[in-house]
Amino acid sequence: MTGGSGRGARRPARVRPYSLTGGRTRSGHVLLVETFVASLEPADGPVDGPGDPVPTGTPGTRMLPEIRAIIELCRRMRSVAEVSAMLKIPLGVVRVLLSDLADQGKIRVYGTGRGPGQPDRALLERVLVGLRRL
Amino acid sequence: MDFADSETMTVTPPHVSEIPGAGIPGTEEKLQNWQIDRSRAPIATKIVIAGGFGVGKTTFVGSVSEITPLQTEALMTQASEDVDDLGATPEKLTTTVAMDFGRITLESDLVLYLFGTPGQQRFWFMWDDLMRGAIGAVVMADTRRLEDSFPALDYFESLGLPYVVAVNHFEGTPLYGPDDVRDALSVSPGIPVVTMDARQRVTVVDALLALVGHAVDVSPE
Repeated sequence: MTGGSGRGARRPARVRPYSLTGGRTRSGHVLLVETFVASLEPADGPVDGPGDPVPTGTPGTRMLPEIRAIIELCRRMRSVAEVSAMLKIPLGVVRVLLSDLADQGKIRVYGTGRGPGQPDRALLERVLVGLRRL
Repeated sequence: MDFADSETMTVTPPHVSEIPGAGIPGTEEKLQNWQIDRSRAPIATKIVIAGGFGVGKTTFVGSVSEITPLQTEALMTQASEDVDDLGATPEKLTTTVAMDFGRITLESDLVLYLFGTPGQQRFWFMWDDLMRGAIGAVVMADTRRLEDSFPALDYFESLGLPYVVAVNHFEGTPLYGPDDVRDALSVSPGIPVVTMDARQRVTVVDALLALVGHAVDVSPE
């Protein structure tokens, strides 16, 4: 990231959005912009966090506000793009956070409901019929 | 240099005030049934709306979306290509690329997303990601600046992805026929070219129908 300037010292840069993710960029889950995700928390239950008695890991674990907001927002079925837009978190960051939440069992990744690659003819025809009804 | 254009440098987009409820969960206007049922998700499909700056992509999406178009951002780091012009140190530039999108629930278990994305060549990295699994693209063209559509046309042509050309007719400008535009853009005969008005929902739907119909035509049996 230093562009090979030769200065090894880390610059005291502004906090960058990706620092939220610990700099990780690889997502273990396939999270396309239209991939659906939702919380595994009950619809009206509490989002666990500081002060919450529900044990969710190491005691005193504090949840980043972004994480809490994602879980809250995903009480409804959301696409990855919707999570990014509604919480104003860049797409790349949202992908990593959602991936982590999925690993922790807090978010379910539903996918897109179709196979990889171009949609097949049957699906295209369903879309065509749907558009004609608009 | 077009680094100043508001579409690609929108940390605070000019039209952000037109997005009521953005960022405030629970303020959206109308919930679809599939949003409430977390036992299963609908099928997600998407169409990419491409074209030059100011060609009407956001209007297009807004005309047909069931939600007020939302805007998401992708952070992009690129080597500065014009360091001399900028008089800058040879550092990397971080650019925020904004992307508008909307949503149409076609059936209780079938949702279509529309993504409007900048058409400049330097954002092709975004298109690769976006086009994965997409039905195809509507490449919007403005007859006053046809050349702005070239990068998008080249991209979809070279990858063999289904696309149509939608000429957004702006009031007070000469109305060219689809064949004239096809000639001017050197679009091959098999590619549909439609004339539309991004503000008019019915013509936007027609453009989408043209694309999906074309995608069916070129889809393997």
